[in-house]
Amino acid sequence: MRRFIVLALLAMGVVLLGWRAVYLQVFNTAFLKSQGQSRHLRSIAIPAHRGVITDRNGELLAISTPVSSVWVNPQELIASRAGIPALARVLDLAPDRVRRLLARYSGREFVYLKRHVNPDVAARVRALKLPGVYLMTEYRRYYPTGEVAAHVVGFTDIDDGGQEGMELAFNKWLTGVPGRKRVIKDRLGRTVEDVERIRASRPGKDLRLSIDKRLQYLLYRELKAAVIRHRARSGSAVILDARTGEVLALVNQPSYNPNNRRHLRGDRYRNRAVTDVFEPGSTIKPFTVVAALQSGKYRAGSLIDTSPGYIRVGRNTIRDHRNYGVVDMTHLLSKSSNVGATRLALSLRPEQLWGVFTRLGFGQVTGSGFPGEVGGLLMHYRRWHEIERVTMSFGYGLSVTPLQLARAYAVLANDGRLVPVSFVRRERPVQGRQVIPVHIARQVRRMLEAVVSRDGTGHRARVPGYRVAGKTGTTHKSTAGGYAEDRYVSVFAGMIPASHPRLVMVVMINEPTAGEYYGGAVAAPVFARVMTGAMRLLDIPPDDNGVIETRARRAGRHS
Amino acid sequence: MGVVLVLVIGSAIAVIDAKHRSRKLFSQLQALKKQQDALDVEWGRLQLEQSAWARHERIERIARTQLEMKMPEAGDIVVIKP
Repeated sequence: MRRFIVLALLAMGVVLLGWRAVYLQVFNTAFLKSQGQSRHLRSIAIPAHRGVITDRNGELLAISTPVSSVWVNPQELIASRAGIPALARVLDLAPDRVRRLLARYSGREFVYLKRHVNPDVAARVRALKLPGVYLMTEYRRYYPTGEVAAHVVGFTDIDDGGQEGMELAFNKWLTGVPGRKRVIKDRLGRTVEDVERIRASRPGKDLRLSIDKRLQYLLYRELKAAVIRHRARSGSAVILDARTGEVLALVNQPSYNPNNRRHLRGDRYRNRAVTDVFEPGSTIKPFTVVAALQSGKYRAGSLIDTSPGYIRVGRNTIRDHRNYGVVDMTHLLSKSSNVGATRLALSLRPEQLWGVFTRLGFGQVTGSGFPGEVGGLLMHYRRWHEIERVTMSFGYGLSVTPLQLARAYAVLANDGRLVPVSFVRRERPVQGRQVIPVHIARQVRRMLEAVVSRDGTGHRARVPGYRVAGKTGTTHKSTAGGYAEDRYVSVFAGMIPASHPRLVMVVMINEPTAGEYYGGAVAAPVFARVMTGAMRLLDIPPDDNGVIETRARRAGRHS
Repeated sequence: MGVVLVLVIGSAIAVIDAKHRSRKLFSQLQALKKQQDALDVEWGRLQLEQSAWARHERIERIARTQLEMKMPEAGDIVVIKP
């Protein structure tokens, strides 16, 4: 009997154990397995770096390099208070600030102490071996060109997201997708073994801009010098490739250093060449002439009487600097006669002028995709009063960005074809849209060469050895109560070499206060200085036949 | 029955072996990735350093002051037309 009871109890024990085994192994297996794994398996992020931004020749404009960020677990660090002063010293923080931070977030397990520290600082933090102090890898963006390309490239915030410029426009393209992997960690959280990759990290793609770093630097230097020399409030300049519509250089003053943006106000970040508009003034006159030629009423040799040097339109009087008498189209442009432009405008139907301006892209964004780009203002002709119909012809009553003006001049440079503007390097040539007849574009280009001749208003834009076509502009700034008498915008828009234009450039200097304020005196010399260098850098052969021939003869004599 | 048992045990051991090898290869891959990352970092640093040395402003300054170079005047340029 006793033996039977013992056997029965043992058998019951076996059954119970067996059942428990089945229960754990079969019914509860998933739960237990995940619990077990969660004690040593961890899934951690694989950081992905942001793509590099380069200029058109592959020169670096922005690059991400890994840096360390120091974070603490306050609950762990509070236990070893003694180490705080040493830690604060290494990180160059006030010990009290660290203590306050810890007190405030004592309930948390993750607080950034200092982000983006240098590798040597990170090494010193690691050497302190304080419990609860950790390092993590983050990326910091560096901009080797600094302030020179700041407005085009833009910058990222501390979390590596694009904030301005191309960094913002192509944020998605540049951003990498972090991956995840599973690792085995020991009790102290050290990675013992990599187990498997859950998702591969995909680094951000690189971006090649249309900018040429050499031109960018040259343009920046000369614009900055001009803004300082003329004590101007601000300035912008753009160089476009006439054939492809690519932006080769774009600069503004004032600029900023994207690598160190503390103590900076927001208005420095603005890319004025695409976000700020101005009244283009006389630089619009070539397009008035285009409209006149296109109407069929005028030919290049047509004569316009501008005497006596002023003209009354309604209650307003339009004036020239002096009485230019009877002029042809070329002289109208080279003397920059407002009366001549007015007479042209009055003889055209408003929609003819408006049609040309609209086809040249005024009043519309250029489609460059630059964040914050504005389209300027061009009122519909049905809403023009008589005075607007007239002022439009010499560039008041409409507003444009420097980039828009450059694009319109690129149409003249490109035999009447409008090519979309691009900040990204084009791999293939694009088919433009013919918006002005070829022969008219060429005629106006020849007229604009006269502006830059020895006795034209733009003579200071001359580049030795090259033919230059361009137009100066000087406009009074519009203020709340009309136009300011003593505040000007000085502009020059031009192209080179005029026989087969390769580059188009617009310089705009806002409120020069050092005495000179004419576009021909303030803006045109910037064109000459930049283009002299640009022709050499881009290896564009001179097209001024006189110069070439004499040189060739001289070279022959020497040999 | 005996044959099946042997096959099962054999396949189990093969699974263990495959898993082991896959982990070994994966950790090798991770080591190489780490190396790649380190090389990437160094490459970035070198690019930065190069672009710092090659700053146009610096080159121009050295060319003008130390090497005493100057831009050729218009009269010094001879254009040879092909």
